Amino acid sequence: MSADPSLILDGREIPFVPGQTILQAADDAGVYIPRLCDKPGLEPFGSCRVCVVRANGRTVSSCTYPASLGMVVESETPELQAMRKVLLEMLFVEGNHFCMSCEKSGHCELQALGYRFGITAPQFEYQFPHREVDASHPDILIDHNRCILCARCVRTSRDLDGKEVFGFVGRGPHKRLAASTGSRLKDTNADVTDRAIDACPVGALLRKRVGFAVPVGQRPYDTVPIGAPEPVQEARR
Amino acid sequence: MTTSVDTVVREACVSVGHDPTRLMDVAREVQARLGCIPPAAVDAIHHDLHVSRAQVQSLVSFYAFFDDHPTSQITIRVCDDVVDRLAGYDRVAKAFADELGVTIGQTTADGAISLQRTACIGMSDQAPAALVGNVVVTDLSAERARQVVAELRAHRDPQRLIKKLGDGNNAHPLVKAMVRNNIRQAGPIVMSEPRRGEAIRKAAALSPAEVIRAVKTARLRGRGGAGFPTGIKWEMARAAPGARKFVVCNADEGEPGTFKDRVLLTEWPDRVFAGMTIAGYALGAREGILYLRAEYAYLRAFLEDVLARRRSDGLLGRDVMPRRGFEFDIRIQMGAGAYVCGEESALLESCEGRRGDPRNRPPFPAQRGYLGCPTVVNNVETLCCVTRILDAGSAAFSELGSRQSAGTKLLSVSGDVSRPGVYEVPFGTPIQDVLALCGGRDATALQVGGPSGRMVGPADFERTICYDDIATGGALVVFDSTRNPLEIAHAYMEFFEDESCGYCTPCRVGNVLLRKGLEKVLAGRGEPSDLEQFEQIAKVMKAASRCGLGQTSFNPVLSSLQSFRYQYETLVAEPAQGRRRGFDLDVATAEAARIRAGGTQ
Repeated sequence: MSADPSLILDGREIPFVPGQTILQAADDAGVYIPRLCDKPGLEPFGSCRVCVVRANGRTVSSCTYPASLGMVVESETPELQAMRKVLLEMLFVEGNHFCMSCEKSGHCELQALGYRFGITAPQFEYQFPHREVDASHPDILIDHNRCILCARCVRTSRDLDGKEVFGFVGRGPHKRLAASTGSRLKDTNADVTDRAIDACPVGALLRKRVGFAVPVGQRPYDTVPIGAPEPVQEARR
Repeated sequence: MTTSVDTVVREACVSVGHDPTRLMDVAREVQARLGCIPPAAVDAIHHDLHVSRAQVQSLVSFYAFFDDHPTSQITIRVCDDVVDRLAGYDRVAKAFADELGVTIGQTTADGAISLQRTACIGMSDQAPAALVGNVVVTDLSAERARQVVAELRAHRDPQRLIKKLGDGNNAHPLVKAMVRNNIRQAGPIVMSEPRRGEAIRKAAALSPAEVIRAVKTARLRGRGGAGFPTGIKWEMARAAPGARKFVVCNADEGEPGTFKDRVLLTEWPDRVFAGMTIAGYALGAREGILYLRAEYAYLRAFLEDVLARRRSDGLLGRDVMPRRGFEFDIRIQMGAGAYVCGEESALLESCEGRRGDPRNRPPFPAQRGYLGCPTVVNNVETLCCVTRILDAGSAAFSELGSRQSAGTKLLSVSGDVSRPGVYEVPFGTPIQDVLALCGGRDATALQVGGPSGRMVGPADFERTICYDDIATGGALVVFDSTRNPLEIAHAYMEFFEDESCGYCTPCRVGNVLLRKGLEKVLAGRGEPSDLEQFEQIAKVMKAASRCGLGQTSFNPVLSSLQSFRYQYETLVAEPAQGRRRGFDLDVATAEAARIRAGGTQ
């Protein structure tokens, strides 16, 4: 019997450090909960909702909800998996995601989760929004068609790069990523070495002139599914 | 030009003591003086107030009453809420547009007047209504709209549009509004005769714990709609560690069809402020904020005056309860046009000078609220109840209503009724009794609690208004047999799509999918599977959305589907020959056809 506090996740007792979220505790225990907007090292955000779990009977985002002593958490239930699938399908139809021509294919987390959840075609109607591409910066490209508003670049730029290159403007379906100075990315102090560019889970932020350096078929999620347990990852590496 | 932008911003920043959390006030001031908040002003605010440019830009783009580019000196905002549409919005909007020579969203060629639409402005009992600047114009007709334009062209002074003043304090020199109170039934608790100062004197004779006990004994629950026990909320904030605590009054009455707080703020402001003061004493707060929606800006000078008078009367400031060592003061925080700011954590974000994105919970506001301090956010009506409980006693309060729902409830009644207005009824009153009172004889559908509440049909008219049957924040919109529930639901979904903050996936996308799905069904292109999909989307929105907006905004569709399913079913059919009924080849290939014809995107 360990002295650490613990919670029950899908029937299994896992320890946590006070102050951790449910998702952090699950990660430390090697249990994968699907997520998009959460990234280790960044302040939890809770926008994509893909990490929803039932905690003591309440549906909450595991990336923002604090773990507590004896909490009973359900994650891999048919109901929650169905909910996650709907949320992913919503993200797919909201933007313009054409995997076959996207440079991020194979290391895109949205695409990888699409495979994990067996999404062949979304049940909802595609919205086909008209969105801009900002290619103004000499080294970096923003393709708003693929942006899922997860704020990983916003948080990384602000908290890790110390720059605040990105922000959001507008609300509702018109909310979009924006350069924080001027109107386009070239007006900001964004740099090709910024960690914010690597933070993007999809193909919305890309470096120019380095596309397809790794051939399709040899990219991370081409060989190992997202969220695969460690032994699978080891074996396929 | 640049100098004047810098000067305006500098003065606005000085007026808030360069406090970066007062960004809303700075932005409102700049908007008022420049007619917009241009990029140069965003830069200047960023430098003067030491807030990031991203934050300023995001805030400006979020609120409906801020513009980032010049529009005009005078903005006419025509309210296009469902009730206004029933009362003739189309004719009024067309008259405005024709007379101005513009369409909605445009500005006249001389740059003098711009025409916009806006969501419910809290005047459903005197619709159609519009805001001209800060001036409320009610009971509009096409003819009156044309007159308004002619007058504005002549004198360019919205104030001079007010010909006849409303009743009560609407005629007060600091209000001077044509708004009518329409108090149809004043009950014994909230809208009773005021006895100024009594409640605070009685509270001063009790300890804070005894005040909380009195509120708990009265079994007071929040009047905003959610019904959380007020005493428990106060206890949580009292117990939360922190030397600085806050009481916030939520006067962001944005739920379409609700206007009872407007009447309370007009006629019983002392009761509201006394409730805030008592709450402050109970939980150990010295500071209070009244968050007033931008649409009610016409009440601001009057409310400031009431606060000043209370200070000089010793009901606010150092002398509230000198022997208890308790002092308390209140400031007014203006909003800028965002329904979601009625959500308590979004409201606090707004108070701190940010866009109104709700917060992740926990922590709850009672633990960490305004500026990270324990904060209680209460509805206007809840605070009026507090004052009455301290004044008349817990028993007098809880003897009305039922066990779970003590006291009375204010209802804002509008739509197809002969006597629209505010009714104070005991909890447990059957809906049909309210319909009899307000003259809703041909009622076929009711929207109870606004669009986030539910649409009910005649089968539910015997049910009662209370927390354990049909709970409501107070809106009751009545529709007669000539109205189509699906069209009503569609209008409400347009509202939610506009008002979603866009933070979380289910709300940002779900509202759009439901709105478009309804359009498909209304166009006769729906299938039975579409109705199942509505239910599926609603289920995910309810469970997975981040705040109360997304957790309820599917209700126009879901509740009309429950109450009027046959109306949906007559419009949908199984697809023939395996072809989706929603698929329109011409629409789907329109863009290709345009490119082929040599057009550009």
